[in-house]
Amino acid sequence: MADTTATRKPRPVYRNIHVTQIVSYRLPPAGMVSIGHRISGVLMFLLLPFVVWLFDVSLTSEISYERFGAAYSAGLGFLPGWFIKLVTLGLIWAYLHHFIAGLRHLWMDATHAVTKEFGRLSALVTLGASLLLTAVLGFKLFF
Amino acid sequence: MADPNFGSKRLVVGAHYGLRDWLSQRVTAALMAIFTLALVVQVLFGAKLGYERWAQIFSPQWMRVLTFVTIVSLAVHAWVGMRDVWMDYVKPVGVRLALQVFTIAWLVGCLGWAVQVLWRL
Repeated sequence: MADTTATRKPRPVYRNIHVTQIVSYRLPPAGMVSIGHRISGVLMFLLLPFVVWLFDVSLTSEISYERFGAAYSAGLGFLPGWFIKLVTLGLIWAYLHHFIAGLRHLWMDATHAVTKEFGRLSALVTLGASLLLTAVLGFKLFF
Repeated sequence: MADPNFGSKRLVVGAHYGLRDWLSQRVTAALMAIFTLALVVQVLFGAKLGYERWAQIFSPQWMRVLTFVTIVSLAVHAWVGMRDVWMDYVKPVGVRLALQVFTIAWLVGCLGWAVQVLWRL
């Protein structure tokens, strides 16, 4: 038994993936939904104060409501209006993706729908629906 | 025995908050989805959206309670999610702890602000 460890081929070692390797990965649709879920979640977490600010100025009074509107036309501080719109568009995508991917999660948890085909199809539906709705709302936001 | 700790009931490892976190993330997600639905329906099938209409949507007590539930749910949901993210990508314990403390402060701060906006209306 003792000599088996000496003659054995060295087993492959998988270190952590390096950032530069990630860009060359080709993820399946379900993988894209998964990483998109994470990115959109972190994005919304970081922009949460902005969302609460929008909630505040849009609701507090009619005067503050005008400031809310002005942020999108005249801008906010040194940030131009188009930039606020762009950030909002990012938030819209993040919310839609996170929402639809979340429903997919809940559905799979509840029904144990874990076939390969359902995973692929529902991932494609998630990506398609969130991007389409983002485009529609983005059009309303910018034009 | 009242609390068996053998056979299939034997507790081997862990702090056993995994299921609790998993479940609370799903429950809070469902609550926030209900709020989203309530808001979208009122925006789509109501008067033309302006300050009047927007403030009117948040004036009934049931909508305020639902919004409050959503704010608290969001804090819990985002805490579980961000904690997962830090645990996956940040290995040094000190940095991870600092980020977790930042996450809690960030979320509690936003929660307080949002609740203030909601209940002073």
